[in-house]
Amino acid sequence: MRVKVYITPRRGVLDPQGRAIEASLKSLGFNDVGPVRMGKYIELEVAAASPAQASAEVRRMCEQLLANTVIEDYRFEVEDA
Amino acid sequence: MSHNPVALPGEPEVNLAQALAHGLSEDEFRLIRNHLGRTPTFTELGVFSVMWSEHCSYKSSRRHLARLPNKGRLVVGGPGENAGALDVGDGWLAVFKIESHNHPSFVEPYQGAATGVGGILRDIFAMGARPVASLNSLKFGSFDNARTRYLLSGVVGGIGGYGNCVGVPTVGGEVMFDAAYDDNILVNAFCLGLARKGELQSARAQGMGNPVLYVGSATGRDGIHGASLLASAEFDASSAHKRPTVQVGDPFTEKLLIEACLEAIKTGAVVALQDMGAAGLTSSSAEMAARGKLGIEINLDQVPLREPNLTPYEMLLSESQERMLIVAQAGREHELQAVFEKWDLHAVVIGRITGDCRWRVSWRGLLVADIPVAALAEQAPAYERPMARAAACTPPVRVVRERPAPAEALRRLLDSPNVGSKRWVYRQYDSIVQSNTVMEPGGDAAVLRIKGTRRALALAVDSNPRACALDPYLGAMAVTLEAARNVACVGARPIGITDCLNYGNPERPEIMWQFARGVDGIRDAALALETPVVSGNVSFYNETQGRAIPPTPTLAMVGMLADLDYCRSQFFRRPGDAILLLRTSAPALAASEYDALFGGGNRLGAIDLHKERELIDLLVTLAEKGLINSAHDVSDGGLAVALAECCFNEAGKFGASVEVGTPELDTVVNLFGEGASSVILSTPSDAAARVVQMATGRGLGCRRIGTVTSDPVLRIDSDIAIEVAELRTIYEQALPGRIQGHG
Amino acid sequence: MKWGVVSFPGSLDDRDTLYALRDVLEQDAELLWHKERDLKNADCVVLPGGFSYGDYLRCGAMARFSPIMESVVSFARRGGLVLGICNGFQILCEARLLPGALTRNRSLSFICERVTVRVENTHTPFTRAAAPHELLRLPIKHGEGLYVASEDELRRIEDRGQVLVRYVDSSGRATEAANPNGSMHSIAGVANESFNVFGLMPHPEHAVEPMLGGEGGLKIFRSIIQSFA
Repeated sequence: MRVKVYITPRRGVLDPQGRAIEASLKSLGFNDVGPVRMGKYIELEVAAASPAQASAEVRRMCEQLLANTVIEDYRFEVEDA
Repeated sequence: MSHNPVALPGEPEVNLAQALAHGLSEDEFRLIRNHLGRTPTFTELGVFSVMWSEHCSYKSSRRHLARLPNKGRLVVGGPGENAGALDVGDGWLAVFKIESHNHPSFVEPYQGAATGVGGILRDIFAMGARPVASLNSLKFGSFDNARTRYLLSGVVGGIGGYGNCVGVPTVGGEVMFDAAYDDNILVNAFCLGLARKGELQSARAQGMGNPVLYVGSATGRDGIHGASLLASAEFDASSAHKRPTVQVGDPFTEKLLIEACLEAIKTGAVVALQDMGAAGLTSSSAEMAARGKLGIEINLDQVPLREPNLTPYEMLLSESQERMLIVAQAGREHELQAVFEKWDLHAVVIGRITGDCRWRVSWRGLLVADIPVAALAEQAPAYERPMARAAACTPPVRVVRERPAPAEALRRLLDSPNVGSKRWVYRQYDSIVQSNTVMEPGGDAAVLRIKGTRRALALAVDSNPRACALDPYLGAMAVTLEAARNVACVGARPIGITDCLNYGNPERPEIMWQFARGVDGIRDAALALETPVVSGNVSFYNETQGRAIPPTPTLAMVGMLADLDYCRSQFFRRPGDAILLLRTSAPALAASEYDALFGGGNRLGAIDLHKERELIDLLVTLAEKGLINSAHDVSDGGLAVALAECCFNEAGKFGASVEVGTPELDTVVNLFGEGASSVILSTPSDAAARVVQMATGRGLGCRRIGTVTSDPVLRIDSDIAIEVAELRTIYEQALPGRIQGHG
Repeated sequence: MKWGVVSFPGSLDDRDTLYALRDVLEQDAELLWHKERDLKNADCVVLPGGFSYGDYLRCGAMARFSPIMESVVSFARRGGLVLGICNGFQILCEARLLPGALTRNRSLSFICERVTVRVENTHTPFTRAAAPHELLRLPIKHGEGLYVASEDELRRIEDRGQVLVRYVDSSGRATEAANPNGSMHSIAGVANESFNVFGLMPHPEHAVEPMLGGEGGLKIFRSIIQSFA
């Protein structure tokens, strides 16, 4: 099963990259841009019997390695191909 | 297996049109058929096109480069190896080389610069030397060009991103901005490594039957025709579409490769080692075989692949990074494989050395290439291209655009991105890892100690395209001398050179003339200084839509300090010290930063090589005798700027009060002229007379011009009196102000 | 006493740390290989600077799972002294041996320069040789050294005196201008609750000789040596 994992800085955690992107967008004239957050996107394949099992597995991956939950939030989508 | 290589299904037919599309000429295609006695296969055509490219074959430059002196008392290691080595004493050898990565960096600045650093590192550790320092020389367009900021950030980010991650300190370099580089930036990367005497690793294949090992990253499609084609043709509007051919660097793997290769060499089982650089597997295998006058057989089925279904053509031409080729002692390949396994790297046997001088490649049971090794190496074409004196070299009409008051001119010069501090750049580089950096970036030269000894090495990289544009011979000579002066200012004796020769299209006679004159200028200066040129690189085709860059030979000089105590910085150290000005000849506004800003430049002054050598000798002697407290080369911006720079020490506590005016010289030329070899010294007051006497005894102009003051103000004649803090702020803000000022 | 310096793939300052300990401080020190579990009877384990495993996911995220780290974690839990420098600090935070985390510098670029830090708590094995509020000149060289922690966490570590070094200006004041990377509370280094694990972004091993950037780093190493005297 294909899994898409999205990792973003936690609310309230300083995100200097996001802030720089926001400033650049505004300097290009995109004045309506609100707060920008920049994160990571990870794609992976996992062999699992069911989407539920895959989800449980991916959750453990995120908690242990893919995200640092001190500063990052994660969410993911499991695509049942 | 048939006797001749076979065409593979789906491959284009090989004919003259196909050869021309590969950048080969009609004559060259005929020559290939003569070498083979048949028409090459498509795979073979690709192989010839990269091996006979300007980048790999040096076909336009080989005959000229032969004029450079490459021998000397300290030189170790035969010619034809990847880089020269110098004996620096106490059982140590210094191995160094400079190389260009101009075109890839213009197309994709971050990866282009990063992989440039990676490539030069591999050339050094392939020789068994641990890379201990990097420098670079960068040329960008003007800040009026919107793309300059993007290219600058990308290149600096790439150099830092790679260098910082492999643990080799970037200890110095130079950065210049000029509209002449708007459409063709230069990125020249230098690396120095240290090896134990007697432990240099060869790149010459030996021993019939010895296995050939592929180590490092897997092969992908990146960089096919990258370095070779990009660096062997002019730029045009389609260059942007060549982006996919730019390689991507992986500094983490490079770090593992450095450690693994150095450990593998220690086993004694490595016969030959070479980087798979430009033209990848093809050039590394052909060059190693050629050096040993042997043949090589490669089985592509064993090559580790990053993606499936690569054709032999792609595998042979791929420029995937972080790969090396090893010839091992037969029967000891497992020892080597164990070392690479420890570092989690691929190490597979892909072929063996043969005695028949053929370069033979098989894939899936088929013979896909069978070429005489010599045809790919020493028998590649070498041209004596026509030359014609360039019209642009006649001195320009002297045009004065502006004549600001001296104090104002000094402020504006310090605010020029070419004169102002490059801290914004070098603070992005780890300059201290490995714990050897005695003098950090920002001075005349970097100084590295050699642990376990009292010795140190000084490194400087220089260029002067404006002078080279006015006179390619005198300009190249001046660059060589400046590099020598820079290392001598920190107390080191110049001992060796590596050069990166950046020029336009060599098929144009005036460019070829610039190149030949440049080589002559370097040769004459190197002979006068007795500093051999131990390695180097030529980068041609630096032009876009017919507009060439100014001739830009970049010189890196290595100097030796027999004792670290001889090391001196540019900064004034004690109030009350005498300030002395050493000069070999009168300065001129030609090719100066002042001329670039305000006009007025004319023709370059003559160079007296005898005096230049005396000056270098004197500087080293003064440092060794401990007679001076500081020395600073007068460079971009001239005397007034150099005096200000001498006051910019960390604490910023000192000033200077000097009288420099002389009846023979116009004030502007005196204060802001460049070209002459000039050095500012500070000495204890009671030593000043002796230093002046030593200099005049060598026929050098030297006089006391003033005193270091505890009052932090720079006073020059009645023309300038400015607080050092104000000057320093201008100097420090010149670059960040321009980078941030425009988002 | 005995020192162990861990070499991860991508560690860069491991040799420099070894050089500072052996050649400058004349200590008994050796490298510990990441694939092994044996700490070789080290009394203090140093996790050095560098880019372990390329730092491709997050700085320190992968090193934390190497075999040697299992031993380091249990050693720390038993009260053993662990010093993390730069990447080592990042690894200790990822391994949750230290509070908080380190993210991209405020400027978004790598910074290599000398900074001044103020020693905030001298009652620890890592700082006991320093005078209260002593200022140390140390180099930093990192792209991700911005220290972050939740407000609650910050309050707790400040109250307990876990902030051992803070970025300050030359007169000892913690100003925004003197904060090189934007760290919260100008934090340059923190200890755990029991003060046997300490991580800092500046590099004490690169400040042990007058000729190469001064001797500010000796205070940290000498404190640890004193703890075993």
